[in-house]
Amino acid sequence: MAKAAAARSATPRTAAPPAPNRERPEEPRRFEGSKDELLEFYRQMLLIRRFEEKAGQLYGLGLIGGFCHLYIGQEAVAVGLQSALEPGKDSVVTGYRDHGHMLAYGIDPKIIMAELTGRGAGISRGKGGSMHMFSVEHKFYGGHGIVGAQVSIGTGLGFKHKYAEDGGLALVYFGDGAANQGQVYESFNMAELWKLPVIFVIENNQYAMGTSVNRASAEDQLYRRGESFRIPGLQVDGMDVLAVRGAAETAREWVKSGKGPILLELKTYRYRGHSMSDPAKYRSREEVQSVRDKSDPIDHLARELEGLGIKEDQLKALDKDIRKIVADAAAFAEESPEPDAKELYTDVLVDTY
Amino acid sequence: MAVELKMPALSPTMEEGTLAKWLVKEGDTVKSGDVLAEIETDKATMEFEAVDEGTLAQIMIPEGTDGVKVGTVIALIQGEDDEAPAQSAAKAEPKPDVKGEAEDSGEPEEMPRQMPTAARELVADVANTHEDPEAPEGTELVKMTVREALKDAMAEEMRKDDRVFVMGEEVAEYQGAYKVTQGLLDEFGPKRVIDTPITEYGFAGVGTGAAMAGLRPIIEFMTFNFAMQAIDHIINSAAKTNYMSGGQMRCPIVFRGPNGAAARVGAQHSQNYGPWYASVPGLIVIAPYSAADAKGLLKAAIRSNDPVVFLENELLYGQSFEVPKLDDYVLPIGKARVARAGTDVTLVSYSIGVGVSLEAAKRLAEEGIEAEVIDLRTLRPLDKGTVLASLKKTNRMVVVEEGWPTCSIASEIMAIAMEEGFDDLDAPVLRVANVDVPLPYAANLEQMALVRADQVVEAAKKVCYK
Repeated sequence: MAKAAAARSATPRTAAPPAPNRERPEEPRRFEGSKDELLEFYRQMLLIRRFEEKAGQLYGLGLIGGFCHLYIGQEAVAVGLQSALEPGKDSVVTGYRDHGHMLAYGIDPKIIMAELTGRGAGISRGKGGSMHMFSVEHKFYGGHGIVGAQVSIGTGLGFKHKYAEDGGLALVYFGDGAANQGQVYESFNMAELWKLPVIFVIENNQYAMGTSVNRASAEDQLYRRGESFRIPGLQVDGMDVLAVRGAAETAREWVKSGKGPILLELKTYRYRGHSMSDPAKYRSREEVQSVRDKSDPIDHLARELEGLGIKEDQLKALDKDIRKIVADAAAFAEESPEPDAKELYTDVLVDTY
Repeated sequence: MAVELKMPALSPTMEEGTLAKWLVKEGDTVKSGDVLAEIETDKATMEFEAVDEGTLAQIMIPEGTDGVKVGTVIALIQGEDDEAPAQSAAKAEPKPDVKGEAEDSGEPEEMPRQMPTAARELVADVANTHEDPEAPEGTELVKMTVREALKDAMAEEMRKDDRVFVMGEEVAEYQGAYKVTQGLLDEFGPKRVIDTPITEYGFAGVGTGAAMAGLRPIIEFMTFNFAMQAIDHIINSAAKTNYMSGGQMRCPIVFRGPNGAAARVGAQHSQNYGPWYASVPGLIVIAPYSAADAKGLLKAAIRSNDPVVFLENELLYGQSFEVPKLDDYVLPIGKARVARAGTDVTLVSYSIGVGVSLEAAKRLAEEGIEAEVIDLRTLRPLDKGTVLASLKKTNRMVVVEEGWPTCSIASEIMAIAMEEGFDDLDAPVLRVANVDVPLPYAANLEQMALVRADQVVEAAKKVCYK
């Protein structure tokens, strides 16, 4: 051993970093979309923002019960990523902060809001609630209430795509808090071992409920969390929908070329508390305001659109339309009847025994 | 003097094995660590290593011999200083009863000997009893082990439906930790018979996700003790999905593996999860006893559109039962079976407890008490009708369960008898279960902790006021 050590110290050190011993994806490029594409991103993000603001109001009025986790501030993530997917082919799964992901699919805001208010017309017939919503039609597999569970489930979705050779991929969202759950790493291991087509997405909104990333994570650069499984990671500005879309394309290309999974860390921020019952005392009002002022994804894109010649009036008109859609959804969700009492006993099992 | 080499016990419950191959011949010099022979059991092939040094003087059991009892002298090794044995000592017949021989000669008993375990009594109860499988009149019956029946069920369903795949630890190249998946890799290939890392939580979740996306996974847990790591996916992800999605999203998955006490493996590896899973709406829970039921119900489980927890029993794997020779033998989920008809008292049980109950029924018959034995087979949904009909007939009931008594399947049956069969009861329902402690390792304590047929006899006589 001493000999080997001596031999190593005799080797001159070079300044250059060691060459990576395995292939890495190229740095993603910011998406260059048409004016219409950008306008559509804007519309989707604004719909999520207004929908969530309304959901917050309805919660305050006691119309929405239990837990309600709002997506305000994180809109660019779901919109940027899901716009890069092939509808009906690729699948998506997320945790309980799931309203935005459903809206980004174009699912009718009425049936989402009606689920939030626990009505029979809700997408889960009122039996799931805010955290448990699904749309098999859109290959949106939930909506899961247990932190981190969706990561293994999502790996299973990727397994299905590979098994069925259907050319699809699985986009698996989880938060910076879930990133510390053990099953995430069990899933990383199998996903890379079996080269499953999975894009793992950490929505790093900086706080796992009330605990900041730095207080909970030994490696706080979460995009590196796949390295020991040979899963390449990219860190992405999650407040810039075009950067997100660009990263989504890089990730999709990597995964679809059979190279196995990839990990994206989307740096984002939630403006509201963890859930409606969280007063968010663990951070200052100034911190939140500063992010809103400097990095708001919707304001950011609005300025970009204005640069492309879109008039402020046009954006205002769009906002008005969206407010109407959201107000209609809220009215529907409030007026729809609760589920029929017989629904208590339906859907427990599929077959009859 | 020559050292006797004896047939080793390669697993806690091994009683006999096949001496598949000698890797040394008479006259060879052997030293400690040399592989002398290959020994096969129904579970595995193992190498038998030398512990002593010397010359292999004589092979007593030729290779290819089946049914060599544990402890039989299979060869003699002559130490370096010893004289060679007289050639006139002709090859001896196998002497299965080594223990008796040792007692006769007054020598101290030597290793190897059979490990003492109460599990052997459970298995003996099973072996003592006879089972008539459900099948149309005149159907040909073939003897097969529970292990083979389970394997056939999976293979048949995999041939029929390419969405069905098997995933778990050691299911493929190793041929199954308990050899239940033996041969499946050869027939179906690595795409459909998948070895996982040791990562129960992860692969239970992967299977659940694949089921949600439309595949039909069979997830094997090496034992259900390890499924504790994965119970979140079984309950929170698989069982609740259909309900939470308003019937939109399904999860047709089978979680299967051995459950309950094995032999002398201690508290963490000896537990019956039947009552745990049976308390969860959205799950189907099956715990078969016989090979025919294992086959017919596993096929039904794989076809079910609901998530199924399929609880096998390691001690039953090697037990043989008659199985109908039919192309597609499928049994209904949720239907109990009258395993023995009787008029005086009803014994309700499931899984290995059925063997204990049948043995008890046999002993009761000798005392003039005819017990009816109900094998629940499915724990959820529970076939209350069959239980209550039997109670109506016998007016007396004892529940027999290889598991803890508190909050058990027995508790549930007793509640049903109170709520829906009260007027039929001529005596309080009793339960005979394991003792309410973590299962101890020591042989004597294990014996005291596990359910026994004599306790069932006693309880049955008590409710019959005899």
